[in-house]
This record gives sequence, C-alpha cells and structure tokens, in this order.
Amino acid sequence: MRRFAELFESLDTTTSTAAKIEAMSAYFLAATPENAAWAAYILIGRRLKGSVGPALLRKWLFEEVQLPAWLVEETYASVGDLAETIALLISNKDALQPADISLTQWFTARILPLGAQEESERRQHIVGWWHSLPYRECFLVNKLLTGSLRVGVSRSLVTRALASALDLPRIEIERSLMGPWEPSADFWQTLGKNNGSLGNSHPYPFYLASPLQQQPAELGDRRQWLAEWKWDGIRGQIVRRASQSALWSRGEELITERFPEIIAAAAALPDGTVLDGEVLAGSASRILPFASLQQRIGRKKLTAKILNAIPARFIAYDLLEFEAIDWRPRPLVERRAQLERLIQGAALPVMSLSPALLHGSWEELAIARDEARARGVEGLMLKEWRSSYGVGRQRGAWWKWKNDPFLFDGVLLYAAPGHGRRSNLYTDYTFGVWLAGALVPITKAYSGLTDTEIRRLDGWIRKHTKEKFGTVRSVDPVQVFELAYEGIAKSSRHKSGIALRFPRIVRWRTDKPAEEANTVRDLQQVLALHNGA
Amino acid sequence: MAWMQPKGDLIQAKPQGLYCKAGDFYIDPLGPVEHAVITHAHGDHLRAGSAKYYLSSACTGVARRRLPAEAQLRPMHYRERIALGETRVSLHPAGHILGSSQVRVEHGDQVWVVSGDYKRDPDPTCELFEVVPCDVFISEATFALPAYRWPETSKVALEILDWWHTNRDNGVASVLFAYALGKAQRVLAELFSHTSDSVYVHGAVESLVDAYREAGICMLATLPATVAAPTDYAGALIVAPPSAAGSAWMRRFGEHRTGFCSGWMRIRGDRRRRGYDRGFVLSDHADWPSLLRTFSETGAKRIFLTHGYTDAMCRYLQEQGINADALRTEYGAEE
Ligand SMILES: [Zn+2]
Ligand SMILES: [Zn+2]
Repeated sequence: MRRFAELFESLDTTTSTAAKIEAMSAYFLAATPENAAWAAYILIGRRLKGSVGPALLRKWLFEEVQLPAWLVEETYASVGDLAETIALLISNKDALQPADISLTQWFTARILPLGAQEESERRQHIVGWWHSLPYRECFLVNKLLTGSLRVGVSRSLVTRALASALDLPRIEIERSLMGPWEPSADFWQTLGKNNGSLGNSHPYPFYLASPLQQQPAELGDRRQWLAEWKWDGIRGQIVRRASQSALWSRGEELITERFPEIIAAAAALPDGTVLDGEVLAGSASRILPFASLQQRIGRKKLTAKILNAIPARFIAYDLLEFEAIDWRPRPLVERRAQLERLIQGAALPVMSLSPALLHGSWEELAIARDEARARGVEGLMLKEWRSSYGVGRQRGAWWKWKNDPFLFDGVLLYAAPGHGRRSNLYTDYTFGVWLAGALVPITKAYSGLTDTEIRRLDGWIRKHTKEKFGTVRSVDPVQVFELAYEGIAKSSRHKSGIALRFPRIVRWRTDKPAEEANTVRDLQQVLALHNGA
Repeated sequence: MAWMQPKGDLIQAKPQGLYCKAGDFYIDPLGPVEHAVITHAHGDHLRAGSAKYYLSSACTGVARRRLPAEAQLRPMHYRERIALGETRVSLHPAGHILGSSQVRVEHGDQVWVVSGDYKRDPDPTCELFEVVPCDVFISEATFALPAYRWPETSKVALEILDWWHTNRDNGVASVLFAYALGKAQRVLAELFSHTSDSVYVHGAVESLVDAYREAGICMLATLPATVAAPTDYAGALIVAPPSAAGSAWMRRFGEHRTGFCSGWMRIRGDRRRRGYDRGFVLSDHADWPSLLRTFSETGAKRIFLTHGYTDAMCRYLQEQGINADALRTEYGAEE
C-alpha cells in the first residue's frame, strides 16, 4: 500500500504526461503480479461493488470529530472532497509508521469483507483505520472505499504505461481490459497475451475522433476522406458471436437489455461479426433528439408503450470483426465496403449504414455542416479512407468537425464553491435571463473562465453577496457573461421551462449592462426553431 | 456587517486600519497617518507614507529596505514600554517572520493585544511567539478551519531536501517558490542543518537574505540566479517568489520542477489548482489548534478576528461561550 500511496502522490503532483507514464510503469514493473493487477484495476477507474458509500462515511465523520456539524460541513465545502476531509480532520499526525499492508491485502482482507459485515462492525474497522493511519494513507483508503480515485490519469495513459511495463502492444492491452475482469495474479500474467481466448461477448476498444482544430482544407484532398454526420446518440458496439449478441456502450457498459429491438435485429448478422455504430432514438424517417433517448435509458422497465413511443435504432459506422477475423488493421475503404454489403444484405429495419456525405469539396461540406443542427446531428465526422481502426483518441485519421455552439448572454445570480481543485473559490455559477422584468435562473455553468478571471470574480462575489444559503451566495445581478451551449430542450424541472445541454462560459462581458442580457423568450425562439429536429 | 463595534473600545477598526484613540496611533495602517505602530514588514502591514513608524528593532533592517529613506523609524526592543498619548505600548515576539511583533496596548486597567500575523511553531529565523496575558486579543484567522493542522517543520524540511535530491539525480533544476520575505529565509535556515550546498536565489529574495544575515540568522550560502547558461542550474535548488512563476525569468533554468511552500498546500485542491509539481505544507501563520490554544492561553475575555476564516472561527468561539467578533480589515491572505 505504501508503494501505491507513493505512486498516487507522484501522479497527483506532476502535470507531465511522460512523468506519469514513467511512474506507473515503474510501479507495475516492481509490484507483485497481484498488486499490479489491483493497481491497474483502480487506475483505469473500475469500481468495487458493495463498498461503503459516501453517506455512511460522512455520517461516521460527523460522529467521530469533536466539532459542530456546521463546521465540519464548512470544512468539507472548502476542501471539496470527502475522503480528504476525513484525512485532514482525523488522520493521525503523530502515527508511527504502521506495518505496511499490501494493496491486495487491503482489498481482499480488509475492504472486500466489509460487504458482508454488519454496519457497526464496518464502522469499527473503518473508523479504526482513520485514527491509526497517517494522512496520506488515510486519504487513499477512503478513496478506495468510495471507489472514486480520480488522479488525473486517463485510461490511455494507464494502458501506455502497461504496454511499456509489459513490453506488449497497447492495442492488445486495451483489448484485455475491455469488459469484465477480476484483478488477480492470473489476470496479470495473461494481460495482453492470449486475447484469442477471450469470452464470446468481449468487445474491442473504441476508436475516438479528435476535435478538428485546423481548417478542413489542411487535411488535403477531399477524396481521401469519408465524411459522415456526427450522430448525437450513444456510441455502441454490437458483438455477434456463437449465436449470441451483445451491445456495449463506449463506457464499457453492457447495455444489451436496454435495447431489445437492436439485439433482435443483430441475430440476422453472421457469427463472428462486430459492428461499431451509434444507438439512436427514432425511426428510419425521423430521428428523435438525444433527450428522448435519455428518457428511454432512464426507464427501469421497458414497457411496450415506451418501446413504441421511443423506438431505438443502430446506425453502423464500421466493421471491426468479420468471419471471426479482426478487421481493424485493414483500411477503412475495405471495412466500409464489406459493412455496406453486410447491412444491405441483412436488410433490417432498425439497422442502417451511416450515410457517406457526397459533397465533393470542403466548401460544400462546410455548408452541409451549417445545416447539421437542423438535422439533429452534432456536426460532421471526417475519417481517412486508408486509416485502420485505432485505439482510443489517436490523433490524425479521425476528426470530429462539430457545429458552432449556440450563444446567449446571461446574468450571474448565484455562486457556490467549486469542488476538488477549486474548493476555495466560488466557481459554480448560476446564470439568469429576463422574464417579465425579473431574472430567472436558466442554467449553471462551471467552466470557461481563466484562473485569473476566476480569482477576480471570486473576489467580486465575496464583496457583492446579497444572501447566503448554506454555501451558496446570491449576488448583485450585474455581471453579464456570454454563454455557449450545444442543445436546447423543454423541461418541466426548470423554472424557465428550458434545459440547456453542455452550457459553458465563453467570456465575461464587462462591457454589457445586465439589462441587455437575453430573455426567456429569446431562448424559446431558438427552441421552437430546433425542437424535434 | 451587521455587527457594530462598541464606540468605547480602546482599539477600533477604521477604514485606515486599527486605530487607538487614547494613544492616537494606528496599527499597520493602510494609508499615511501620523503615528504607525507596525507588527511586521509584509506589504499588507507595512506601507509607506506615514510620519513616524514604531517597530521592533529586529524589524528595522527589512523595514529600511522597504520604506523611503526619509521615513522616520522608532525601533523598540521587545517588551520595552513607551508612552503614546494616554496609553503604554510594547511589542512582543509573534513568531511570524524576523522582527514580527504583537502590539500590547495598556490604558487604565485594560490590556489589549493585537497579534499581527503569528505562528506557534519554532522557526530559526525569529523569536518564538510570546503569550501576552490580556483582556482583549485581536487575532488573525488566516487558517482558521480545522482542516489546517501543520505537520512538523523538520519533516517538511526533509521532504524539500528529498525532492531536491531526487530532481538532482534526474539532472533537473528544482525551483522552490516561497514568499520573498520570511518564508524564503526560513527554508534556507531550516535546510542549513541538512546540507552545505549553496542555493540560487531570485533578486527579490536576495536583498532580504542579506537583511537576515545582517540580523545574525544562519542560512545556506546563496548565489544570485543571474547566470545565463541552463547547464549551471541542472540539479540546483533555486528559491524564488511565487510571482516569478511562469515569467520569462524562469527560462534560464532549462528543464526544472516547481514546488511551493505555503499553508494553502495543505489542501489537495489548492495543490493541484496552482499547478506546481509539488506543494510543501509550510506556513508562517497559526493553524487551527494553535489559534485555539493561543486564545485560551492569553486569558482574553474578548476575541476579535481580523482576517482569514473569521466567520467560521467567530461562530465556533461564540458557541463555546466565548465573546468573539470579526473586525473588517484589509489584510491579505498571502503569507
Ligand atoms: Zn505577514
Ligand atoms: Zn498578513
């Protein structure tokens, strides 16, 4: 555990990608196979089932500290992280270094058994650790308990470190890490090595497009690129093997049961086929907005009524496996041709091919992109015809060319302290727009300002607070901000009747008086123009 | 503020700073006044423009460097009593930085103490905080949340040393950011017992290191970080003020890691947000336990808090049955 705590510390205290990979790789090389497997499991963000929830930890924290509840609350608000608050308030400053217990032992002998224990027994164990461990280990144990160890390493960094430590291709590592697996010495020994024997439903890692930052013309000859709509649904993978079908989401969740119509259709695919595509709500003639799909995912039970009202379909992008052979190394032009034959041959009403856009020049494509929003898509995808199917976000061959966002001006109404790295500053903002001479809250936004602006705004907020509600402050409604968002929908849960998707701050409009901010009516007009698209 | 300070209080929070009418002087005034009693030489406490400054003898070296040449100084030994108006005033060590003082003001049968910035941890660059019994204690509250508990300084010094040596083994420079006055010299003094290597310092740190040496403080040998060739800095430790971070001045060091010494580094969110490679928890202010301990040891019946987490500490004290209120002042959160 101490070595893992050291690894955590070095990951947490450097911003250099190379240093992070090096630190992980060194840990993997030095650790026992079992500990290495557990470390990989945690670092790629797998969660343990049935560990202790934050609500209990919070309750016990309040019982353990000799402080009034409001003060613990205030400290928590300022620290922004429960595991850390506990360690800051309780951990033993003078603890003699206790005997080191391995990472595996921590899980197998201490944390996992908690699941079968009575609450009082669990409390006794956990509170005992709090009081005996020094700060760093106390913090880490709490993080492991709540299963949320965010340490600023992406999955791709972890797999790069694993590839370097094990001297194996990253693509194979990624493959082994997909789907369910248990951290063990056995797993570590086979990691990335015998992917041929993986289970029948095992998916491939998704290839992700990078946002296009240059002019598309800089990509060269338009004819070398496939252009498609960027559909706004759930990226998914259909795995058809041994007469069984599975549907995986990009978050590596098995969503087979959520979409029975897609699974039923997949039965028509030949064994040994894997498709990459997008799950959407709607019919061939009318795609429904993402909000509908969300509504459907939100349902615990899929009644005939909901299946009817919000049907799902699968739009295929790519062919990853065909006739039980991994097709990912082949060029897109070849994969796509086979995919076309496959989809057309199957002739399934809920499955179609993502159409290739035929606009012959970049200029014409740019015009098509401007119309994208009216079609309910997020923009365009550009994929190089000769590219193989990569792993993760490898830059160069796949680009997403997104729509320009919607913009409006809102007035800052409320502010709350941020969490984690911004816990001492007011960084969570609520903005309002005008409705009948008053400002009504329209959206929250957290990002978009520079650190300097955040600090300036924080100072302003503290000096111009009208009222405090817990950690939230209402402020004088005078600061105007330009905000961007990607989508707009009706909402009964919002006072304004409108919900915005991916809102963010574009800039601080110090030049604008609050009276000139937008109105609810302005947004309703945008909604009317784009609703049902 | 809803709370109004009673008119008869010996020391009042005014827009210009803390004012004592009976003695007709200000403590750490914000702007020019006739008589300024100074707790220490940090920029938010010592400002140019006043007619006469009362400060500790140990503070004068630094104050001279920070005030215009014509400024009139009246150095005072710790515990020396002088008469100002109807009051008797003395200075007592605050343990914050070299020459930092608490101000004791006696008038009739009342004793008020203004803490300035202070800490209770030992520090080789200044005298240890002295507990001064009083009726009213006006305290800072920069780190008045229970999350702020300082680790032992000696442990932090070893962490810094370890970090520097690891970087040295990797052939890269270590740039350690620390406030130019106080923190930088404390680090150089703490490291003195662990190594005899010399350390490069930024120009802003250098002149203050000289002032500390003149006051007889032992610190590592220092060299000005003016050499141009990055190879000279490989493996070196450079001490610089936080304002130098990200400036063109940093380019001369070639490949380097950055660290920051501050009480704010206690919280992970702050460590990460400020973007340094390492944060070292080293503060010149009192932590939560030290604040509480100090309040109780002074025996004060009333506590006023000037800056920091004043609201939280006030409420906490009031709930403990202690008469506590926040005064509005303009002191900063820098160390
Ligand atoms: Zn100070
Ligand atoms: Zn100060």
